[in-house]
Amino acid sequence: MNTLNPAVEEFETSIADVDRAEVKVDVKGLNFYYGKSHSLKNVTIPFARNKATALIGPSGCGKSTLLRTLNRMYALYPGQRAEGEIVLDGENILGSRVDLARLRARVGMVFQKPTPFPMSIYDNVAFGVRLYENLGKADMDARVEESLHRAALWDEVKDKLSSPGLGLSGGQQQRLCVARGVAVRPEVLLLDEPTSALDPISSAKLEETVMQLKADHTIIIVTHNLGQAARVSDYTGFMYLGELVEFGATDAVFTRPATKRTSDYITGRFG
Amino acid sequence: MNAAKLARRRIGDILFKVFCVAVTALALIALAAILWSLMVQGFGGLNLDVFTMATPAAGSRGGLANAIVGSILMCVLAMVIALTVGVLAGTWLAEYGGRSRYGATIRFLNDVLLSAPSILVGLFVYELLVAPFHGFSGFAGSVALALLAVPVITRTTEDVLLLQSATLREAGVALGAPLSYVIRQVLWRSARGGLLTGALLAFARISGETAPLLFTALNNQFFNNPWFDLRQQTANLPVVIFNGALSAYDDLRRLAWAGALLIAGTVLAVTIVARIVAQEQRRS
Amino acid sequence: MTETAIPDAAPVRRRSAPRGALIGQVFEGLCFGAATLLLAALGGIIVSLVIGGWPALSKFGVGFLFSAAWNPVTDVYGAAGPIVGTLITAALALLLALPIAGGVAFFLTELCPARLRRPIGTAVELLAGIPSIVYGMWGLFVFAPLFARFIQLPLMSAAKPGSLLETLTTGIPNGSGILPASIILAIMILPFMAATLRELLLTVPAAVRESAYGLGATTAEVVLSVTLPYVRQGAIGAVMLGLGRALGETMAVTFIIGNSHTFPKSLFDSGSTIASTIANEFTEATSPIHTAALISLGLVLFLITFAVLGLARLLLRQQGAKL
Repeated sequence: MNTLNPAVEEFETSIADVDRAEVKVDVKGLNFYYGKSHSLKNVTIPFARNKATALIGPSGCGKSTLLRTLNRMYALYPGQRAEGEIVLDGENILGSRVDLARLRARVGMVFQKPTPFPMSIYDNVAFGVRLYENLGKADMDARVEESLHRAALWDEVKDKLSSPGLGLSGGQQQRLCVARGVAVRPEVLLLDEPTSALDPISSAKLEETVMQLKADHTIIIVTHNLGQAARVSDYTGFMYLGELVEFGATDAVFTRPATKRTSDYITGRFG
Repeated sequence: MNAAKLARRRIGDILFKVFCVAVTALALIALAAILWSLMVQGFGGLNLDVFTMATPAAGSRGGLANAIVGSILMCVLAMVIALTVGVLAGTWLAEYGGRSRYGATIRFLNDVLLSAPSILVGLFVYELLVAPFHGFSGFAGSVALALLAVPVITRTTEDVLLLQSATLREAGVALGAPLSYVIRQVLWRSARGGLLTGALLAFARISGETAPLLFTALNNQFFNNPWFDLRQQTANLPVVIFNGALSAYDDLRRLAWAGALLIAGTVLAVTIVARIVAQEQRRS
Repeated sequence: MTETAIPDAAPVRRRSAPRGALIGQVFEGLCFGAATLLLAALGGIIVSLVIGGWPALSKFGVGFLFSAAWNPVTDVYGAAGPIVGTLITAALALLLALPIAGGVAFFLTELCPARLRRPIGTAVELLAGIPSIVYGMWGLFVFAPLFARFIQLPLMSAAKPGSLLETLTTGIPNGSGILPASIILAIMILPFMAATLRELLLTVPAAVRESAYGLGATTAEVVLSVTLPYVRQGAIGAVMLGLGRALGETMAVTFIIGNSHTFPKSLFDSGSTIASTIANEFTEATSPIHTAALISLGLVLFLITFAVLGLARLLLRQQGAKL
């Protein structure tokens, strides 16, 4: 399948290592096109249920693109299209009859920069919930509190839920976005370089949050920070020029990379 | 480099600078003279009657109250129409169809309408609403003013929506919200400062427009009955000013100056508020 | 849908479609409709002008454009007088305003002390918003008497019989006519053009200007051979936008042009523009053919300004200016 890869057999084995029954999202032979440019080439990768999978690789390698196919965010833009199969719990989400809004309620996303909406902290968290559920005030209060707890933000904002979300610090804003994302109880959570705009302390807090979220969500995180990938993820995929070069358990990829490109990247020789 | 050439260049530069300073001074003096006349003549004509009494016949007591009320009514109605159409059209250009060929056409036509002669808009509304129903009306005046305000609002709406970062849009969609819901609940809210600026600028633009009202709202010596009924001919400041200025009577001319001062003052105040709003927006 | 992914949270019972999903289609349709309304408005303007003007156009034919006869009594109409008046006043106004607007814009971007830059720039922008009827009134009551006394009369008395100056200055010395109207128009479009040009000049990257200064160029050389050419296309667009305003302006002109439909014979002769003719006569027109002739004039104005504005917008768009 991946003829460029000299260690192709080992690579196939590592994909097979993931217990098939435990695969939440199964990407098979995915190709992606921005207009004419071919930016994902025949990518096959499984994402394990209630585990965190990190996607690493140099800028422009396609890791963010891969992430944006998983909730079909690309569908907002004409001229971008994906071919292949992405199976979420047995359903191919690239099918034309998939309800995109519903898909995105199941597959949440947190972005590189914090994106609080111009409304109160409470309303930010409740925004997605209101779309799909009719909760009474007490239930909604409970949901908001629970979500803010999960994002490790509750203690910092419990006294100012009605003040604007934009008034929080950058790190708090990002955790607010995590709370907003988990409030709709997605099954999968996509994180697109969630700490790249944060200071080290805020990053550490967010990482802690991600570790806790693993209990309930399938996490897929794109990161430039290799230490972060090593700390939070169970599996790691290394991408280069639109291809998945290597995939395996995070320990294995970091300590015994199967390909030279991966080891070059991990040891900082390029990228 | 020879000395003669250097000297020539230097003289050229000095002449250029002198020219720039001189014409700037000239322009500022001319504009100051206009504002000065407006203040002197306008304040000279202002008194309590202006705000309390309806337009007089020449030689009798009167004011601009009916015209002020008429202008406010027509401008408010025009803004309601224009905001509805303009914000939706601007949203379509920014969020839905702006990249299509049809979108490019609409954008171009909007730009043309933005500076189309207002008197033609008046003629159009005359043909559309006045001639078929055999009657001038304040409502027709409002429609004409709305047509002048729509392009301004469409343009600013598109611009401020495009300024909202793409990730804000994606963040809303990523929660499973339909795009239209994200636009209304998140993007409009986040762009409200810019939208307010656009609305204020549009209001400033239409509040002084005269030409399109001449053959739509026409004029009225009295208050409408009831006063808010825009189905009748409706007095308005610009047309009262126009008629007053062209009349041979000093008292009507004085009223015209007072009215011109009111209009210009309103326009300046609204424009300044719009600039402040825009600045606040930029800061946050 | 399985909810096993959230073992410790209560199972979610989502609705099949999110709130607002139904409204989505309607909303997009409304937006599309509003955008299309713009097209309809412009189309409506053209159609209404053609229909309204048709009686006159079909009666007088192409001659409508070239005849200077405008006689409501005999109901014979030719548009040449107002058309020529419109073109001459707009061209003169542009000729007067352009160098001054350019000078103001250069002054504000290159010469002005930093402290004055904002106040003067703001003042110019605010003045661009003053309603044109104010300019018209000032022209009629303040400018015209002064112009008659200090410019018109001295020039007329200085002109030798038969000289070119005499031909140019013939007219009633009351301060109204083609030239005074052009001057008022020029003052009116001046702030707009100056503000637009300044905005354009500010888009020139600092590095470009600085490298020109770095080569030892004088201010005049930097402005005339670097920054102005840099925004050339946008500048032409801005000038044409100003021209479009001058062509279609009603109130600044109507008060002071003299309102005669004859062909203007000199700079001081009274004349008319398309807009001033419509403003003056439209509500008083009694015969249907008079009304139709006025609407036909509107059609001519529309075609002229549409061409000018369209070109201006294309040029500005290409320069990427937000005006």
